[in-house]
Amino acid sequence: MNTVPDLGLYRILPEVVLTLTGVLVMLLDAALPPASTRRGLGWVSAFGVMAALWASLWQLSLPSGTAFYNTVQTDAFSVFFHVLICGIVLVALLLSLDALPADQHHRGEFFALMVFGAVGMCLMTSAVELLVVFIALEISSISTYILAGYRKHTGKGPEAAIKYFLLGSFATGFFLYGVAMIFGATGRTQINDIATYIPLAQSHSLVLIAFALLMVGVLFKVSAAPFHVWTPDVYEGAPSPVVALMSTAPKAAAFALLIRLLYGCFPILQPMWTPLMWAVAVLSMTVGNLAALRQQNVKRMLAYSSIAHAGYLLAAFAGLGTSGIAAASFYIAAYAAMNVGIFAVVSVVSGYEETLPLIADFRGLIYRAPLLGSLLLFFLISLIGIPFTGGFFGKFYSFSTALGGGAVWLAVIGLLNSGVAAAYYLKLAVTVAQPPTLETKTSPAPQIGVAVGAALAFSALATLLLGIAPGKILSAAQSAAQTFTTGLSSSAK
Amino acid sequence: MDNIILTQILVTPLVGALLIALLPDRRKLSAGVALTFALLTFFFTLHLPAHFNDVHPGFGGAPAFSFVQDIPWISSPNIHYHVGIDGLSLWLVVLTGLLAPVGVLASWKTIKTRSKVFYSLFLVQQTAMLGVFVSLDLMLYYGFWELSLVPMAILIAMYGRGNGPAAALRFFLYTFIPSAPLLVAILWFYAKTGSFNFATLQAAILSGDIPGRPLAWAALAFLLAFAVKVPVLGLHGWLADTFSEAPVAMAMVVAGKLGLYSLIRFHVGLFPVQARHAAPYLVALAAIGILYGALLALVQKDFWKLLAYGTMSSLSFCTLGIYGFTIAGLDGSVFQTLNEGVIGAALFVLLGVLYDRFGTSKIESYGGLAKKTPALATLFVITSLAMIGLPMLNGFVGEFLVLSSTFTGVSKGWAAAATVGVILSAAYMLSLVQKVFYGPLSDGLTLDSGRDLDFREQLVVWPLAILMLVMGLTPNFWLTGIETGLQQAAGYPAIRSMMLSNPSSFVVVSQQVVHKGGKQ
Repeated sequence: MNTVPDLGLYRILPEVVLTLTGVLVMLLDAALPPASTRRGLGWVSAFGVMAALWASLWQLSLPSGTAFYNTVQTDAFSVFFHVLICGIVLVALLLSLDALPADQHHRGEFFALMVFGAVGMCLMTSAVELLVVFIALEISSISTYILAGYRKHTGKGPEAAIKYFLLGSFATGFFLYGVAMIFGATGRTQINDIATYIPLAQSHSLVLIAFALLMVGVLFKVSAAPFHVWTPDVYEGAPSPVVALMSTAPKAAAFALLIRLLYGCFPILQPMWTPLMWAVAVLSMTVGNLAALRQQNVKRMLAYSSIAHAGYLLAAFAGLGTSGIAAASFYIAAYAAMNVGIFAVVSVVSGYEETLPLIADFRGLIYRAPLLGSLLLFFLISLIGIPFTGGFFGKFYSFSTALGGGAVWLAVIGLLNSGVAAAYYLKLAVTVAQPPTLETKTSPAPQIGVAVGAALAFSALATLLLGIAPGKILSAAQSAAQTFTTGLSSSAK
Repeated sequence: MDNIILTQILVTPLVGALLIALLPDRRKLSAGVALTFALLTFFFTLHLPAHFNDVHPGFGGAPAFSFVQDIPWISSPNIHYHVGIDGLSLWLVVLTGLLAPVGVLASWKTIKTRSKVFYSLFLVQQTAMLGVFVSLDLMLYYGFWELSLVPMAILIAMYGRGNGPAAALRFFLYTFIPSAPLLVAILWFYAKTGSFNFATLQAAILSGDIPGRPLAWAALAFLLAFAVKVPVLGLHGWLADTFSEAPVAMAMVVAGKLGLYSLIRFHVGLFPVQARHAAPYLVALAAIGILYGALLALVQKDFWKLLAYGTMSSLSFCTLGIYGFTIAGLDGSVFQTLNEGVIGAALFVLLGVLYDRFGTSKIESYGGLAKKTPALATLFVITSLAMIGLPMLNGFVGEFLVLSSTFTGVSKGWAAAATVGVILSAAYMLSLVQKVFYGPLSDGLTLDSGRDLDFREQLVVWPLAILMLVMGLTPNFWLTGIETGLQQAAGYPAIRSMMLSNPSSFVVVSQQVVHKGGKQ
């Protein structure tokens, strides 16, 4: 330990806190009598995540820099995503506390896996060495593979887990291949070094192949088209609290990684990857929205909607300089707030066993459970992108960045797409507002416990605040984006 | 007081909505709170004409707004909370304020379930509409514009008479999709000028620094978004369903004023040159729309549908006046927009009463009601006559200004076509009156008690009817304020030169109106 610089552990303090929490939960789970409820463990995890969130904020007071032989870096960018990921995991934990049935097996492990997943995701955003990035990616993925299949007794649970695992392993395989190639081309695995060594590379095509392979790996994780096919099946099979987590937190981490790779590692290729990102953006939003129009299952619809949102977000990468990074970071925060929120509502309404999975089953929700119905409408309005919600400002920044970068058509296609998207969001919204009929399947009015209530309130408030007072988060995103000015200016020629 | 009055007007309904949301869900309670806050809003809007600083800049004067409040809201992008009104928006704000308590009273008995949701969303809708009229920051404007869709769509879905959800979906998509290009255009301007401020953008466009071709596309995006909301012929697909399904209080505000105001302020006002290019097409669409709407209204068997097409026909007069590019025509269209607000509200309330009493909107099921419900019949006839454009009532002034200015300043052919529309409007409205209120008493109706208007309903409609008369008798009082606003909104060199070359000046025409009105 003596060789580690003084700041070493502080640089990974949130990850350390999360790891200790996870280990503690595992140990307590083993120590507790088998019959006892594991509810307390959920609270332990939640407090651990809160501590990690606080630790990340505290990292802002550190001078930005690297530790552990230039493998991790704390800066405004990593802190932004740490806070975001910890916030998402916290909401997902609170949600699972009430959602998991009391007789669920391995309830303690469930909480531990969420926390371990958070370790990987957090590390993904602060790692600046490709092998550490890979390890972080694997930590986060493996936890989510297991969580996706948690409803073992259903047919769809294991199906989701296996699909996710097989395709995900392929994607990480691609990523690892890319790491190897870039190491072959430049002799480096440190992200900031690679940028300087790419111009010196002997084989330019090797760099391009490496870039392509890395992109396949990352775009799979953000479920951008054409690497999106796993999304609807996995979201449908996984329990809703898990989907709330995995549709946002790993994506946020993967987007952070994408930004680090594009702006930190390959800024020199910007003329090439900008049109590539546009193409992926247009493809994702169009494919996602058109497919979502035909869905009857709420979670499948939201899965396609999340693909479309990945597209809106990627539009920000058309922007010049750091404004694109700031817009993308803001969008991730807004998307996370509303998406976690809507899956929280779906989780409460449909129940853990999903007795009410279809859009038609949500009929009359606002009469049955006024609070949940109104919240669902609110999150839908935000997803549509109506002003005074986070979703609007997310789109606003993303597309105004694209326009600033001269991509008028991208903005037009994107906003027309959001018009198409309004159709399926409204289908659900209108169903919720319709009076129930005799044929409507009903379950006893869902109970909102303390934990779920806190989760709902947290995500609704975040969505609202991002819509009426986005200034603070935006300036945080902008200072996060400033981290990359050095990389960009060195490549500007 | 003067600098926060607009904020006060915007916040009051919102506070009411919040209060209703927090109070228990009792019908009388929610409605009472809503009425209180609606009246309060109306009261505040009356402050505006009472203290309207009559800045008469005349032609060429710098655009000036009154009651301005400008606070930075978000620093990056540079969005301001910037509100203010001029003569153009003045009476529209007051009209919106007036229709708020009318809407609450009209819903008093008809909204039987979930009144908490209804009244809070109703009040949110008021804030959104008022916000559209007072915003001087384009982003703020866009915010209110979009916000105005949400309560409307939800309430149509919840309170539809037969197929509410489909109508709500149609309404929302029709208006939401064209607003996507609008947002792109606004953002594009921001990328070019770094500002969302109305005056700054106007100056930038006028200076000619912005390239012409993209500017034309931007103008088209603005035009499309607003034309749907009016609606202009060809974009009216949502109107009939919405009128049949929307609750009365919402339907009476859904068409017309938001779109027409936006056309004048943000299409003609921002893009005078491009609007001029589009004018021939819009004049044609408007004139054909007058005829088309009137002819369709003539054959409708359902009175909501009749009202929808009739409304489209009379709103097309406004479009005609705007794109004739004469000051008299513009005056006439703003005046006609106000008329349409008052007359439409009265018609919706009266038809809503019929629908509630007898549970059908089929015209053929009615007949001979005048004997049983004299008050209802009287008010209905007055309102119909106002809609037809009988002299001394308000509809005449607006239609006359538009038609005469079109005839002298734009095109005799289109003016003639539009005049045929006036005759047709008499045909469909009077035949509606005749079928519903005269002739033998319908069999189906005898079963029902057929109550006449009660006190509350009379309280709603009489003020509107009196207003129709007052507006018809004293058009100059209203037109002066409107005209100062128009000179500001449209008094920029490109239009001004064109208008000055135009013989039909405002004063001449409006005097003619008074003269003719008095003679008949």
